[in-house]
Amino acid sequence: MKPPAFDFVRPEGMEEVLETLHLRSSDARIIAGGQSLVPMLNMRLARPGVLVDITGLRNLQSIHEVRGEVVIGAAVRQAELEAWPHLRRKLPLLAQAIRWIGHVQTRARGTVCGSVAHADPSAELPLALIALNGSVRLASQRSKRTVPAADFFLGMMSTAIAEGEMIEAVTFPVAENGTGYAFREIGRRHGDFAIVACAAVADKTATRLAIGGVDDHPRQFDLPQENGDELDDALNDIAWALNARDDLHASGRYRRELVRRLGRETVLEARSCRN
Amino acid sequence: MPQLAADTKHRVAFHLNGRKVEVLAENRMLLSDLLRHELGATGTHVGCEHGVCGACTVQVDGAPVRACLILAAQIDGADVRTVEALTPTAQQLSPLQAAFREKHGLQCGFCTPGILMTLDALLTTRPDASEQEIREHLSGHLCRCTGYATIVAAALAAVEEIRKEQKYNA
Ligand code: FES
Ligand code: FES
Repeated sequence: MKPPAFDFVRPEGMEEVLETLHLRSSDARIIAGGQSLVPMLNMRLARPGVLVDITGLRNLQSIHEVRGEVVIGAAVRQAELEAWPHLRRKLPLLAQAIRWIGHVQTRARGTVCGSVAHADPSAELPLALIALNGSVRLASQRSKRTVPAADFFLGMMSTAIAEGEMIEAVTFPVAENGTGYAFREIGRRHGDFAIVACAAVADKTATRLAIGGVDDHPRQFDLPQENGDELDDALNDIAWALNARDDLHASGRYRRELVRRLGRETVLEARSCRN
Repeated sequence: MPQLAADTKHRVAFHLNGRKVEVLAENRMLLSDLLRHELGATGTHVGCEHGVCGACTVQVDGAPVRACLILAAQIDGADVRTVEALTPTAQQLSPLQAAFREKHGLQCGFCTPGILMTLDALLTTRPDASEQEIREHLSGHLCRCTGYATIVAAALAAVEEIRKEQKYNA
């Protein structure tokens, strides 16, 4: 349970980060909080030749709002987002979801963007990014691009990040008046991986439900506006569309049942708190 | 930019329990091993080495963190506090430690140093922490002996003790 040997660099600016990623390409990994990467190193599931530490880069350390979006830099820790004074008002869904992310002890180090880059199928931040239609800002030595959340998560721990690229920031749209947000999760213990996690966004004309922990990446669905049988039927269809599998923690059948029930509760809660 | 090669040891300087320390460590060395093997601070325990059990919890810049998930190179310049720092004098226990003894908050003691560091950080920032908050913070720790009830009782007793102390010292 010890990491393999690697070089370690502490760049002083973005140019140096991107140059290292360019020169060492697939051999390089970005490290910030290390809460996903270091376990992978310890278990030797990852064997990078060089780690590029971005925690010292000022321009990656801020949370700010531009044109209706909250932009969270790649070095911002989850605990910093949790303590951000505008969280409840600007990103109510994240305000609810954040205490479900790992534990106090991992949120103190782990970054928001790191969790998105790691793309664990049961992780809360990728789920919230999908539910809110957020986006991911990628940079490489050659270019910059912004990828919508829906196109970013490709499968189990697999994303649209190309060789030589890194996440510079993720963006979440600021909450709108008249829209309700709700988050629910079931796990074995608080802070364990979600067996099923649901995030719902409801306004006067539409309801979106995003589900994590079931398929190999979080997925989003549109739901009918009715609260009765139509909603149950739609949730049942979703439960079957998600490829729920049996594993150590829960059976596929149990996961489908959670999608139906927890999904319904989450949707109703989001609808009840739109104002 | 500082480039630290894989095959050599590099200087890491930080504060450990208020004292300045300097060690040579490979990039791949974990903070938990640095503390135990290089500095002889064996109060910090190591259980799972992949961030699940919480036995290795220490405080870095005041926040409880998992030492097995931190690379030595990443604590250069940081302020690290371990269980060795809790006792006010060699003969005395801190109120939190005394409450653990009083309430049987430990049996084998393997999980205890980590739990103490989490609770110490919590009670420093929130001296009137609720049972709910205490339980939420403890969720980052596994204990195979106590069933947790006595740990929660000890933490609540420590909150009470701290409240009394503050009242008489105010
Ligand atoms: S040894 Fe660090 S969490 Fe288990
Ligand atoms: S006292 Fe034995 S593991 Fe907690």
